Amino acid sequence: MTIDLKTVKQISKLARISLEEEKAEKLADDMNSIFEFIEKLNELKTENVEPLTSIAETTLRFREDKITSDNIREKILKNSPEKNDDFFVVPKVVE
Amino acid sequence: MTDITSLSLFELIKNIKEKKISSNEAAKSFVDRSEKSKKLNAYVTENFENCLKLSKEFDNKPNFDLKLPGIPIAVKDLFCTNDVRTTAGSNILNNFVPSYESTVTQNIWNEGGILLGKLNCDEFAMGSSNETSFFGNVQNPIAKDLVPGGSSGGSSSALAASLTPVTIGTDTGGSIRQPASFTGTVGLKPTYGSCSRYGIVAFASSLDQAGPMSKDVKDSSILLEVISSFDKKDSTSIDFKRNNYSSELTRNIKGIKIGIPKEYRVDGMPDEIEKLWKKGIEYAKDCGAEIIDISLPHTSYALPTYYIVAPAEASSNLARYDGVKYGLRSSGESLIDMYEKTRSEGFGEEVKRRIMIGTYVLSSGYYDAYYLKAQKVRQLIKQDFDQAYNKVDAILTPSTPSSAFKIGEKSNDPVSMYLNDIFTVPVNLAGLPGISIPAGTDKNNYPLGLQIIGKPFDEQTVLNIAYSMEEKINYKNNITNWWME
Repeated sequence: MTIDLKTVKQISKLARISLEEEKAEKLADDMNSIFEFIEKLNELKTENVEPLTSIAETTLRFREDKITSDNIREKILKNSPEKNDDFFVVPKVVE
Repeated sequence: MTDITSLSLFELIKNIKEKKISSNEAAKSFVDRSEKSKKLNAYVTENFENCLKLSKEFDNKPNFDLKLPGIPIAVKDLFCTNDVRTTAGSNILNNFVPSYESTVTQNIWNEGGILLGKLNCDEFAMGSSNETSFFGNVQNPIAKDLVPGGSSGGSSSALAASLTPVTIGTDTGGSIRQPASFTGTVGLKPTYGSCSRYGIVAFASSLDQAGPMSKDVKDSSILLEVISSFDKKDSTSIDFKRNNYSSELTRNIKGIKIGIPKEYRVDGMPDEIEKLWKKGIEYAKDCGAEIIDISLPHTSYALPTYYIVAPAEASSNLARYDGVKYGLRSSGESLIDMYEKTRSEGFGEEVKRRIMIGTYVLSSGYYDAYYLKAQKVRQLIKQDFDQAYNKVDAILTPSTPSSAFKIGEKSNDPVSMYLNDIFTVPVNLAGLPGISIPAGTDKNNYPLGLQIIGKPFDEQTVLNIAYSMEEKINYKNNITNWWME
């Protein structure tokens, strides 16, 4: 299987990473060599194997749904690249 | 007076408790040496002034009952530190100042440790040579232009150069053990679930674990005792009885069964690694261990499995970097355009490559063929270890298939870089504890490490074997201070 330029561009859209044309080609080459290496897994028959989803072997704990922190709005907004009063600001999304 | 920076953590604690050295004297020594070692590029963010101030405060009101009384410690820049910039080696977090503290670092401060600074690492811990860091390459103190390993490369470099008495790293596929091996130091990855992941910048959540890095085994046992804790803030933290690792440390390992997996004898492995391994087996026998040949038949599938599981989890974890709530933002004509430009400019090449692989293997139509398949093979790899542990208490292997390489030597070939982690990755996939200890040198006099892998939650046996073998090996790093101005 090979990953072509079109596929690379489509994945970059899904990953929300803009990609320049010349970098896309290099990326396609890299991805192909990595997938060639990954294909080795097809040597194994795994129809009857249970997938391992968590190594911890415990079911996730429940906790009470209650607020444990104080009013930390300022702390949360502190690192925002653009804010307006108590809001994060993003580029306009409605026409 | 001996040089304070050359002391082990154990000796430093002893001297401080006996009031032969003050916390401030210790802080000054490490700050001073760090200031003279800028060429190593081990630090991303220095906390020197604050460290000196806090050490004075400790001396004014000392508490010698603490496990790390007034000890200055630099940590990998993947741990969030309250009010101190945390970058994860990435441009996208270049200006990020957390308003909370990771549990592991909080455990250190609670026991009297003082933050010396934040250490360089591969971007989001993705790399084996520290060359993917936005903040530049790190020099290995062993020799000029040699990589310190990765991703905890700043940590291994600072430790080997005595800029910090001990340090902590994180290990997703070998990121503590491989840099320890490359710098002649000790690095321990604990069992998954031992050390809280809360406040650690996430890479691959089912694999990430924090652990100690130190100059000798005893120091790792002291630090592990401090950082290992059950934490409600980490949903996969495990509540088990933790040992007093340092006081229970013993060289009595008579009758312990150590397995030697034949599959770790990989094609093209240099003779000197083979020889080192054989020497290690002899040392283990000398310590009273019983050596047993074992098989881990799915070993060669570990790396391909890892390079599906880790990028898949990374692509999901790194989706949060969107230029809105924190981190870098690039300007764009629309919201989507802003996201795409921010992520393109904020992430480096290796991180983008892994996000792309992860996005692909999780995308509709490919999930079963790649991600599900990898999870199934991961099960087989874990079962290999489960079966081996019916016969043995621990497993001995080389830490890496080679010694440290030159900066730039492998950076253009991702697959050859990935092969570096061939002996360490299976341990993460199975969630086991593993330690790398220095065991010899190659023809260039570069350090080589041996890895001891244990049963889940049996860090004590791993440490005891390492402690016993360390005494027989009697390795000494040859650091010439070549980088000093």
